[in-house]
Amino acid sequence: MPAAQPQTINSAPQYTLYHPRWYRPKVSVYWWLGERHYLKFILRELSSVFVAVFVIETLMLINGLRRGPVAYAHFLHRTQNPFVVLLNVIAMFFLVFHTVTWFNLAPSATPVRLGGKRLPDFMVSAPAYVAWIVISAIICWAVLQ
Amino acid sequence: MHKIESNEPFFWILFSAGGMMAALFIPIHLFLFGLAFPLGWLHAPSYEQLNSLARMPLVRIYLFVLCSLPLFHWAHRFRYTLYDGLKVKHLNELIFVFCYGGATLGSITAAYLLWKF
Repeated sequence: MPAAQPQTINSAPQYTLYHPRWYRPKVSVYWWLGERHYLKFILRELSSVFVAVFVIETLMLINGLRRGPVAYAHFLHRTQNPFVVLLNVIAMFFLVFHTVTWFNLAPSATPVRLGGKRLPDFMVSAPAYVAWIVISAIICWAVLQ
Repeated sequence: MHKIESNEPFFWILFSAGGMMAALFIPIHLFLFGLAFPLGWLHAPSYEQLNSLARMPLVRIYLFVLCSLPLFHWAHRFRYTLYDGLKVKHLNELIFVFCYGGATLGSITAAYLLWKF
């Protein structure tokens, strides 16, 4: 009879980031499809990609402006490309979606109390919409004058 | 007292400031330069007009903030979209470097372009 194998006891237990005894059900990568609220959440998060696209386009505009009239005309010409227009239509949808969801979330993120009572949600988000309109009008005026 | 060391509040402030900036200022910029001018709904301003506007120091500071803060907003959201949405948890550090590195690089580019205007 061979001698019994000595039991190896691991003196340095391996620590995992997640506690192994916790119950962690497997969640599909596509968990956000199917449920309207989850899809809305992911679309809201994805709006940030179009924020980044806008910044890149703005950097190109600034670069065109600083390099001279020819570069500026070239920039304007490139924005007429149907693919760029399509990208900007999609970006516009996502950015308005971002603005609306952002303003509607504001009352939950920063509840305003007046005289011990919480202000109704629309009293917090309505000024944001007013500010949006005023700021947009000022930028329009500055660019188009 | 138990003190928790975390950079999260700092990134959170950048995220919410950038989100506010993006919500209030980006749609009209995108509408004008992305749709109204290319599709001919409105006449694009001439080079001289827009150049003299962008030469004003306040406008350049505004343009820097318009580019920089929303990029940090993107960094935060995109990071958590990959983390929670697509469940790419094993690349956490790499995603962090990509997102915040990208936002920093974009901000430096904006600062450089506007400084050398």
